[in-house]
Amino acid sequence: MAEIALTQVSKRFGAVKAVDDVSLTITDGEFVVLLGPTGAGKTTTLRLVAGLETPDDGRVFIGGVDVTGLPPAARDVTFVFQQYSLYPHLSVFDNLAFPLRSPTRRTPEDEIKRAVGEVARLLRIEDKLGNRATQLSGGQMQRVAIGRALVRRPAIYLMDEPLSSLDAKLRSELRIELKRIQQDLGATMLYVTHDQTEAMTLASRIGVIHQGRLVQIGSPRSIYEDPADIYVATRLGSPGINLVPRALFPEIDAPAAAATIGVRTEHLAIARASNGAVTGRVNWIERLGDQNHLHIAVNQQQIVSLVDPDAGLGVGDDVSVSLRRPLFFDAHGQRVR
Amino acid sequence: MAEIRVDNLVKQFGSFTAVRDTSFTVEDGDFFCLLGPSGCGKTTTLRMVAGLELPSAGSIRLDGEDVTFKRARERDIAMVFQLFALYPHMNVRKNISFPLVSMGVPKAEIRRRVEDAAKTLRIEHFLDKPVSGLSGGDRQRVALGRAIVREPKAFMMDEPLGALDAEFRHLMCGELRALHDRLKATTVYVTHDQLEAMSMADKIAVMNDGMIEQLGPPQDIYDRPTSMFVGDFIGSPAMNFIHFDGAAIAGSTEVTIDAAVIPLPELRETRAPGPLALGVRPEQVVIGDPGRQGGVLPGEIFGAEYLGTNQIVTVTTPRGMLKVRLPAHLRAAAGDRVSLSFKPERLSLFDAATGKVIRSALHEAGAARRAHG
Repeated sequence: MAEIALTQVSKRFGAVKAVDDVSLTITDGEFVVLLGPTGAGKTTTLRLVAGLETPDDGRVFIGGVDVTGLPPAARDVTFVFQQYSLYPHLSVFDNLAFPLRSPTRRTPEDEIKRAVGEVARLLRIEDKLGNRATQLSGGQMQRVAIGRALVRRPAIYLMDEPLSSLDAKLRSELRIELKRIQQDLGATMLYVTHDQTEAMTLASRIGVIHQGRLVQIGSPRSIYEDPADIYVATRLGSPGINLVPRALFPEIDAPAAAATIGVRTEHLAIARASNGAVTGRVNWIERLGDQNHLHIAVNQQQIVSLVDPDAGLGVGDDVSVSLRRPLFFDAHGQRVR
Repeated sequence: MAEIRVDNLVKQFGSFTAVRDTSFTVEDGDFFCLLGPSGCGKTTTLRMVAGLELPSAGSIRLDGEDVTFKRARERDIAMVFQLFALYPHMNVRKNISFPLVSMGVPKAEIRRRVEDAAKTLRIEHFLDKPVSGLSGGDRQRVALGRAIVREPKAFMMDEPLGALDAEFRHLMCGELRALHDRLKATTVYVTHDQLEAMSMADKIAVMNDGMIEQLGPPQDIYDRPTSMFVGDFIGSPAMNFIHFDGAAIAGSTEVTIDAAVIPLPELRETRAPGPLALGVRPEQVVIGDPGRQGGVLPGEIFGAEYLGTNQIVTVTTPRGMLKVRLPAHLRAAAGDRVSLSFKPERLSLFDAATGKVIRSALHEAGAARRAHG
């Protein structure tokens, strides 16, 4: 296992700056997830680490060695793509064994057997080892693709949305497996996704990428609770953070520069209005089973709050709204404290 | 607007039965979801209601009128598909006008209706722009505009949000529901996404293998699944099932698993000893220190998934893995030993051989009302 370091890396494609002055260190055994929408530059960053792209500026280090000019094969990394690419004519066993049988590696056959068996057990595909790759379901194929990356022990693992082609149920199962496997192996992992749940649940640290720049990096909890700007605040949380004009809650103490108040759905205290203390009206209740999302109109502004299904509030009810732990942002969307 | 009544609908494709003996009524103004995994027959059912497929048996009534064998265009139903094809060479206004132009509606009337629809959808500001530059969401709004401009008796929607990414899909759910509240139009909506169905529907019909497994309001389906299939399909994470062998006795208010007595709503049915499954929602599990008073199942934390608003903790127990929903601030680390118990009020008990629920006080109307104030 090894540390990855990027120093002031930039990459342009024509007029587009795909990666813009990114510096990032991933320590040995760390699971870093780059989170951002399509086109943010996260996959390009991953490809720069893999050696599939060469940076215009900056350096890439793996395990302390400058690999900026080295080809992918010389970097001891393994890459899992969104679309599994298995050899259809080979069995699951042979697909998994393939990286170990490459001429540069020449692993003894009993060692291959042991390694493949272990990975198959981790990914719960032991009973499929004799099957042809084409006889598998999509979820099984993707597990084989991940297994092929795990079977050799490279310095680092790079994964580009490896779960996004799977259905919701399997995705959530593999998520927790992947995290467990990474911890068991002590693997250094750089993982790219646009799915905030994956980022929150897998990452030791999340790097939020916006227009090629690394906007903020930190633990899921710190990114969620302490975002640097509005962009980051809206990346995490489901339902998303409520953003309202500062003037909507004039009674709240706020820094002078505050233009927008951000408040997480779970930090809104909602009570049935009494003695004319009305601040809003419930106009829609979204029932999600375990909890309800209460949509409340406060002076034309919509806010969303989480409430227990038993709270007994209905559409049309007048409610008082108070904020716990509000976040403040200035007119440019930057956090002010 | 209209009531839709479907009776004993069957659809066979060769030897394959896609829909078997399905009956339901969509009340006037209801938002009705057909929900189920792919291949369950939900889209086929919708297509029969819309008139795009002929049923092999059964009948469909629209506002009392039998339309079973009427053509789609004689039904006064508007259909919204996933990846709705807009005419790329026409601007937004022309796209929305199109169905009215082909129906021969007078020009002034078209203008009024298109502008009304645009106002309802809040897209007035780009009515005269080309569709080619629009975002996915705006295209979907234009597609909706083309459906609502006809002022049909009912809307049929087949996974209209399926192509959008998760965050945006949730936003569009809110918009669709708000639109529905403004139009009060009878809507049948097909999806495989339980969250979409839960968040928008007045009623959900959960389909499995060509049949309706359960039909009811979202909260009811969540709280009182009538089968293990429904408990598993609805909810994220899904309902936990603790499998054990035992007997169910009407009048009893507990079951025994590994010598631990677990209280639950009073049973109304009896089952001879056999395989049973206790159905527990992730938020009904209580986690405490090992060996504590009231603990019924020992476990070890396998992993915790922080979600900001809360966390999902996976616990390994002698009876399998359980998912638990906890407040985000509680500490839960892999390897921690714990003792689990369950909040009794909404536990379900299933006959594991048939997968069907064993009825209890939870399933009585009074209990339903009490549970939700």
